[in-house]
Amino acid sequence: MLASSSLPLLPKDLASDCEVRWCPGCGDFSILAQMKKVLSVLGLPRERMVFVSGLGCAGRFPYYLNTYGFQTIHGRAVAVATGLKLARPELLVWVITGDGDGLSAGGNHLLHAMRRNVDIKVILINNEVLGRSKGQSSPTSRVGTRTKSNPLGTFDTPLRPLSVALAAEATFVARTVDVDIDHLGETLLRAARHRGAAFVEIYQNCNVFNPDVFAYASDKAVKFDNVVYVEHGKPMIFGKDRDRGVRLNGLTLEVVSRSQVASSELLLHDETLAEPILAHLLARMTYQPDDPTSMPEVMGVLRAVERPPHHDQVEAHQTGCDPSEVDLAAFYATGETWTYEENEPPGNQLP
Amino acid sequence: MAERPLLREQTTGPQQTTSPEMRSSLTIRLAGDAGDSIQLMGQRLAHSAALQGHTIYTLPDFPSEIRAPVGSLPGVFGYLIVIDSDAAPIPGDGTDVLLAMNPAALKVHLAELMPGGLLLVDRDAFTIDNLLSAGYLSDPLNDASLADYRVCKVAITSTSREALEPFKLFRAEADRCKSLFALGLLCRLFDCSPQPTMGWLSAKFAKKPEVFQANQRAIEAGYRYGDSSEMVSAIALLGRYRIARARVVPGRYRQVSGHEAIALALITAATRSRRRLVYAAHPLPTAGELLHRLAELQRWAGCIFQAEDEAAAVGAAVGAAFGGCLGVTASSGNGLVRKSDAIGLAVITELPLVVVAVQHAGPSVGLSTKPEQSDLLLSLFGRNGECPTVVMAVSSPADGFTMTLEACRIALKYMTPVILLTDASLIHAAETWRIPEISTLPRLDAPLTTGPNSSVGEQGVSTPRSSSLTFSPTIAQGESVFLPYRRDQRLVRSWAVPGTPGLEHRLGGLEKEDETGHVSYDPRNHERMVGLRATKIARIADDLPPLEVNGPTQGDVLLVGWGGTIGPLRLAADRLRSRGFSVAHAHLRYLNPLPTNTPDVLRRYRTVLVAELNQGQLAWLLRGAFLIDCISFIKMQGKPLSIREIEQQVEQLLGLSTQVTG
Ligand code: SF4
Repeated sequence: MLASSSLPLLPKDLASDCEVRWCPGCGDFSILAQMKKVLSVLGLPRERMVFVSGLGCAGRFPYYLNTYGFQTIHGRAVAVATGLKLARPELLVWVITGDGDGLSAGGNHLLHAMRRNVDIKVILINNEVLGRSKGQSSPTSRVGTRTKSNPLGTFDTPLRPLSVALAAEATFVARTVDVDIDHLGETLLRAARHRGAAFVEIYQNCNVFNPDVFAYASDKAVKFDNVVYVEHGKPMIFGKDRDRGVRLNGLTLEVVSRSQVASSELLLHDETLAEPILAHLLARMTYQPDDPTSMPEVMGVLRAVERPPHHDQVEAHQTGCDPSEVDLAAFYATGETWTYEENEPPGNQLP
Repeated sequence: MAERPLLREQTTGPQQTTSPEMRSSLTIRLAGDAGDSIQLMGQRLAHSAALQGHTIYTLPDFPSEIRAPVGSLPGVFGYLIVIDSDAAPIPGDGTDVLLAMNPAALKVHLAELMPGGLLLVDRDAFTIDNLLSAGYLSDPLNDASLADYRVCKVAITSTSREALEPFKLFRAEADRCKSLFALGLLCRLFDCSPQPTMGWLSAKFAKKPEVFQANQRAIEAGYRYGDSSEMVSAIALLGRYRIARARVVPGRYRQVSGHEAIALALITAATRSRRRLVYAAHPLPTAGELLHRLAELQRWAGCIFQAEDEAAAVGAAVGAAFGGCLGVTASSGNGLVRKSDAIGLAVITELPLVVVAVQHAGPSVGLSTKPEQSDLLLSLFGRNGECPTVVMAVSSPADGFTMTLEACRIALKYMTPVILLTDASLIHAAETWRIPEISTLPRLDAPLTTGPNSSVGEQGVSTPRSSSLTFSPTIAQGESVFLPYRRDQRLVRSWAVPGTPGLEHRLGGLEKEDETGHVSYDPRNHERMVGLRATKIARIADDLPPLEVNGPTQGDVLLVGWGGTIGPLRLAADRLRSRGFSVAHAHLRYLNPLPTNTPDVLRRYRTVLVAELNQGQLAWLLRGAFLIDCISFIKMQGKPLSIREIEQQVEQLLGLSTQVTG
């Protein structure tokens, strides 16, 4: 018998025997490192964790972890994870996907897993480009991004992953960034502990095909002016000198200077609101370079509400009894049955 | 009941004898408006006939539109019942009896009534409006157009209304009972007791005794009407049928439809394998029925998941299989195409998966309710790469039970996807099924494992130097490890289910390194893995029953078929043999791998005639696999083969005639 994965786990216990093969400098390394740390503090043995992925660079994730893993096919990771969770509700199931995988072929499955509140943790690693297929536009590429498929610049309006998740009734929606390791770790930990579908978008740097597209949000020199870290119950304040805040004005959000506006007027973050209107507003806050009135982008948990997860509903509505206890003879008799006797008129065996 | 004279002249047709005509089989068509409860009438008549000692086959013919106008041609619902004496009841080429509840029903179904067949009509429904809706310019009951049939005009609507007068029902309510009146009459005509239906109705309407009483009265009135002097004399003139009792193995029986048989088998497979069933499907027409049936049955051993699309359905089934459950999905027509990608994933990850594929006429949406056999080669080859799966076919509604259980057995035992082909007709048809003795059911085993299967450095455990991803140097010589792609002597890998300590491993759609399952780009490894996957499937042939032949073991003509055409092929061969010709019939239940004796069987006949509802896919396969020439008989009308057209084709092959009509 192999040694069962003993607790406590150390991050190094979670490394598999596969050599990690992302490009040097890829943001995925940091995500993998934080994931191992998070897994090691969950108090779960390794065999209870499963990583499911689709295609793309992020799709390699499961191979690098010494847990159960399943790299599937383009876009279908969420579908496979849904079936796995139906089969084994006791497992902690992660889905590692990317913008090219989860929001193109996988868009439909993503929507339905969110609305069903399947208890899976969907980590969407967003680099706004298709990396594995060598640099084409993705569903999140911002307008004007020059890619191999749009050499003159992408012109289709990009999807906002958080808005998609919220529109699909996700119960946990968060955003973080690859190099902010503490925030990344905390966000993953909260996702792991959420009961139901968790959706986390991670801004990730593909330094080969779309380098520094998120520099405004990750570079310590500028990021504090460009992102707002939201915390439940706290006012939305940002800026290197914490000199700005976000205020609700009618149906829109606006940036205000704290020297001119009383703190009481600043928007308080509430991730538990039953109606996700605030989360929708936050999800749409977009950084505009060279615009002094630009909104900051939100980092943190936008929404965290409770709703019974899918497997609880399945349990309550339909799950069959233990297959080994089924009385097949009684089962076959559920319809109208009769007996043909040898050389005798058949008896009427109606109940 | 009011006496309603059935005048002599209302009964027309060829002169008949009065003694009952003994038949081994009788094919009856009931047809009317969707609101006429035709299906209920048919099911109850079938059940009563079954209790009389007959085997039964039924097939509903749904209207093409969901809510077509009353009395219109697209609104006609037809229900076929075969009352048989054979263990495997088979519809004839045409119907012997037609009950037409209105002119549209007559128009749609008259063509299939055999000349001299018995035609019962509700003459009350032949109103000007109804005649016009059905496109009749003159009343067929009063012109010469029905001269070839034995016509019996019965005032079903009005007599039924009169019988129900004491109940003071609204007219619409009373008219809903006319199908029960007709059922009572049919029971009388075909020597069936109406009692089982009474019992069924009393259970159904236990809480509404007044509804039950009205229904009961309608049946009784219909039954007694069959005894009325008018009807007796009419039938005496027209002649009546008697059907021989069935020769069947004694035992407990029930009627199962194609989808019911599959559903029953899936729960059985879950029980016999002790794996929970996860049935994931997106409700396409025809395959949707299976979802409904399982939704009712799932409390026994499974759970169903209505997925958002075909890809999600098969994906969830694969995920469930990874999780150690019996993962099953189903689709119809082009749904199978959308599942190809994930079936390929199950092939490379070697997970058990059962895919029920309901074939219908295509391409694309085609004729989504009409049966065809045109997805055979798709099932065999319709995936990228060398991607072998097991393919098998259901040949009758009740056979769905046997073959589904068999599909699950093979999927679990060999860790492979199995595509089980059925069709739009087989899934809706129903037949008499002998409930199996529990002790005769197979136990379904899977190569589940809870411990390591090798130690590093042991003979045969490959060192993974060829891997593009290097093996950790931390694993010492002699240490126990789990190799997910280590195979047993049948080349089957082990099934280690997430949650099992120490067996953590990674599966995926990228090429696997032999034994370790690591991602591998090594060209020789790829060739080896392609070979292993192919050989594993090919060797399953050793575990399959041989191809059986009905008829002489060698001779002039071998009829070969597969799937839902078994009835007409078998009967055609029987008839030809009874006329002295050397004709045998073999039906393939397994299409990949083919039974090992297939080429030997085919070579023993001068001519091999492969009959299919496609453009010759099995013939193509047999020629390619065995270099044996086959003559192809094809039919693409969304209709079953007819016995007569097969006979004619064989006659032509034998040089007996030159004309084939089909
Ligand atoms: S292509 Fe981009 S995302 Fe992919 S591994 Fe390289 S850097 Fe990372």
